[in-house]
Amino acid sequence: MVEVTLWASLGAAAGGKEKLDIEARNIRELFRKLAEQHPGLEPYIKQGIAVSIDGVIYRDTWSKELPEDAEVFLLPRIAGG
Amino acid sequence: MGFDASYTAQKFKSVGSRPVRPDGVDKVTGRARFGADFNMPGQLVGRILRSPHAHAKIKKIDTSRAEKLKGVKAVITAADLPDLTDGNAEMYDILDNCMARGKALYDGHAVAAVAAVDAQVARKALKLIKVDYKVLPHVTDVDEAVKPKAPLLHKDMFTGGVDPKPTKPSNIANRSQYGHGDIEKGFEQADVIIERSYKTEQTHQGYIEPHACVASVNADGSGDLWVCTQGHFVYRQHCAELLGLDVSKLRVTSSEIGGGFGGKTHVWAEPVALALSRKAGRPVKLVMTREDVFRASGPTSATSIDVKIGARKDGTITAASATLRYSGGPYSGMWAELGAMTAFACYDLKNVRSVGYEVVVNRPKTAAYRAPSAPMAAFAVESAVDELAHQIGMDPVKFRIKNAAKEGSKSSYGPVYGPIGIGPTLEAVKKHPHMKAPLGKNQGRGMACGFWFNFGGQTCTDLNIGADGTVTLAVGTVDVGGSRASLSLVAAEELGIPYSQVKAVVADTATLGYNDMTDGSRGTFSSSMATISAARNAIEVMKERAARMWEIPVENVIWENGQAKAKGKKYGNLPQLSVKDIAAAAGNTGGPIAGHSEIVADGAGVSFATHICDVEVDPETGATKVLRYTVVQDAGKAVHPTYVEGQYQGGAAQGIGWALNEEYIYGEDGRLQNAGFLDYRIPVCSDLPMIDTQILEIPNPNHPYGIRGVGETSIVPPLAAIANAVSNAVGVRMTHIPMSPPRILAALDGETAD
Amino acid sequence: MPGLAVSTTINGDDVEFLCQAEETLLDVLRDRLGLTGAKEGCGTGDCGACSVIVDGRLVCSCLVLGAEADGSRIETIEGMADGETLHPLQSKFLEHAALQCGVCTPGFLIAAKDLLARNPDPTEEEIRFGLAGNLCRCTGYDKIVRAVQDAARTMKGV
Repeated sequence: MVEVTLWASLGAAAGGKEKLDIEARNIRELFRKLAEQHPGLEPYIKQGIAVSIDGVIYRDTWSKELPEDAEVFLLPRIAGG
Repeated sequence: MGFDASYTAQKFKSVGSRPVRPDGVDKVTGRARFGADFNMPGQLVGRILRSPHAHAKIKKIDTSRAEKLKGVKAVITAADLPDLTDGNAEMYDILDNCMARGKALYDGHAVAAVAAVDAQVARKALKLIKVDYKVLPHVTDVDEAVKPKAPLLHKDMFTGGVDPKPTKPSNIANRSQYGHGDIEKGFEQADVIIERSYKTEQTHQGYIEPHACVASVNADGSGDLWVCTQGHFVYRQHCAELLGLDVSKLRVTSSEIGGGFGGKTHVWAEPVALALSRKAGRPVKLVMTREDVFRASGPTSATSIDVKIGARKDGTITAASATLRYSGGPYSGMWAELGAMTAFACYDLKNVRSVGYEVVVNRPKTAAYRAPSAPMAAFAVESAVDELAHQIGMDPVKFRIKNAAKEGSKSSYGPVYGPIGIGPTLEAVKKHPHMKAPLGKNQGRGMACGFWFNFGGQTCTDLNIGADGTVTLAVGTVDVGGSRASLSLVAAEELGIPYSQVKAVVADTATLGYNDMTDGSRGTFSSSMATISAARNAIEVMKERAARMWEIPVENVIWENGQAKAKGKKYGNLPQLSVKDIAAAAGNTGGPIAGHSEIVADGAGVSFATHICDVEVDPETGATKVLRYTVVQDAGKAVHPTYVEGQYQGGAAQGIGWALNEEYIYGEDGRLQNAGFLDYRIPVCSDLPMIDTQILEIPNPNHPYGIRGVGETSIVPPLAAIANAVSNAVGVRMTHIPMSPPRILAALDGETAD
Repeated sequence: MPGLAVSTTINGDDVEFLCQAEETLLDVLRDRLGLTGAKEGCGTGDCGACSVIVDGRLVCSCLVLGAEADGSRIETIEGMADGETLHPLQSKFLEHAALQCGVCTPGFLIAAKDLLARNPDPTEEEIRFGLAGNLCRCTGYDKIVRAVQDAARTMKGV
């Protein structure tokens, strides 16, 4: 079980919740479960969101594990220049 | 992959030195080939017809006369670019921006294109295309666009990120919010509160090389694209999607790139060139004019930002909030969101909230510009912080040190920080001799901090060892400013061989696996990680070959200082084998020797900088002279220090231009008035002093050499540093960027400048 | 329309070409003669990336018509090195990393060569104003100025 914090616009798409408890071992499972439990999040997931685990931002790596007590934060995919 | 990316705190032999770059001689002799320096046999000249209206319905386009002109081989409109985006809104906007579909949304929006035997015929043909417009009311200002009676760009735009979803359309594409704590309570605890509004005008990345490409599509659906780009793999992906080509059949070669800064991470004219080539059955060379570049590529957002910060008498910030309105051009983007994320990122705050509004206007599609959205937010916040420090009577550097984020701080955009460099850059600035230099009449000093994310991303490299023992390193990140030198240093370091024996090249999309773009300050960070991984793989291969050459078990072979050595009592006195020795025998021991790496480079971390600036303002003309400028920034590990300095200086120079001069000027008719380098004035050599740099090295724990990205952060502090300096020089708080002479004179006269 | 016949000397070689009346010298160099070292950054004489020397005078080749070059002596970046020996300015630009993307570099080298020919011992201010006709977006000019200062010392034999 991981506690995931959604940035506030994502929270709006998940029915106003800022923190969600999700059972997931890795990023791929997290995205799948999020989309299942909160269909409003699906367009954001498709567009691309990044996962911050204990302050380090991971982009696409599905297999990246979510450690049990990790601080998991969902952020938008960021554009650089 | 089994690659351990943790920092190893090793001592370096090559990394950290300053050799001449491998592509250098070509660039000083004019031999290097940029986007417009390439030609294909039989090529045609492509030209684009652009809307002269800021907002208009396209009722009809008659291309018949143009098609009949002798020498014209193809004419296209949106009809030749069918919508294959399948509901992907982002790709649809790209498609629409490349060629208007029914509505022209800005002055300069492409509506048609021709391919002809030469430029003269192409120009004539454009004049023969008849476009029937119905001009609509337009809006170009970010604050005007959010007013209730503003002309609407899209009838189906309902603000996202708002719950419940609005029932009426507007020009606000999206609302985003970040922060934590209780800001109302926090403001109640404050002894001093500063509340101000700021504006920044739109600027362009200003690369000296206009967009240019040569496109060739064959009847069998295969294609070639030569193009100046920051990401040839992404261009391939987007062009293939938009044109319905197989990705693997489209080969994109990146030319040398004459500046990008984010502006060449998006396709503009390339899908048009490919579509022209497909229709004409011949290659098409399409080069944008400088006017086209300003009217229809780039630029960054124009912004309007409200900031409120409160602090106790002892200097502790108790609450901070910001509302940020960013213009995205005619399409939705995430520019306001990035502003909201970065605005307070330098500080350790208990109560913070930032709200971003993405606003559409009739201006060209906003593109990424070096640390996109961060400079404007930093301008607003750092100006307010300076005022706050002043009101409390505290030194501005000490005030920032007191409130700076550190390892363990919860960032204003969410995650908790690991080891970061903002404290060290502030401490370095506090001690820096620049801070103690005396100031004269009409002179002022300002300082400011800046923050930016760094990216990792998908990266591949191939490291091939030639029969003579020299190394070719093929990378996929386009070299915008000297990274081939840095990556060669990394390869030399890992293999233990001299820099001169490594040759780095940028491969094309057919000869290397997928690579994300060179953006997000990721070029050296990501490719160096992949290079280290590839080199280590090559070393494993060479150890095995050495074992075969010696006929001993591979467990007894170690790699040290560029040599394979046999260890242990039994084999210890076998003579060493160099890379050259092993390579010479490669044919006998198993074939060509190489190391490959395909990774997602993660753990890029974040980057901080603090700048100091001295200016002198002429009270009669309002002209500002930059007297002295210092950049202090954390690089993690500077692979090639000279090129790191170059990034710091270049970002600072762009920031100086943005702060003092550069802006898009629109007329009442919604048309861009200054689409050229004469009236869009970027800094020239005589405008600037030498730019001093101090590289700090706080190792990134997630990279073997501790490398952090450096390319973007240095454009984040200048707007604020210069605004603080000018405000101190003239004794009036400046709130509108650029601080051009008319605005400074108006501030001195006590009027509210426009 | 038949082209105009033009005879010039470019980097010491006799060169003849045909061009249309409205073609600029920059167009001719790049598209007809394969000398792509001079770049088109703006086409309106504001950026200096197309700098060449015509009869000893520094010009923006986008502001010179191809036909105007008849009978002239033209020097471009391609003629700056002497065989495989780089000009001191070229060497110093590399040494000081006075280029990042490199697209403005040919223009700067030609302009700096002209500057030092007229003023072999310039101050920093003279260098900055002398090169103010060349735009660079990457470097902030710091390392360019240092490279020119160093080249001036070398060329004076200091």
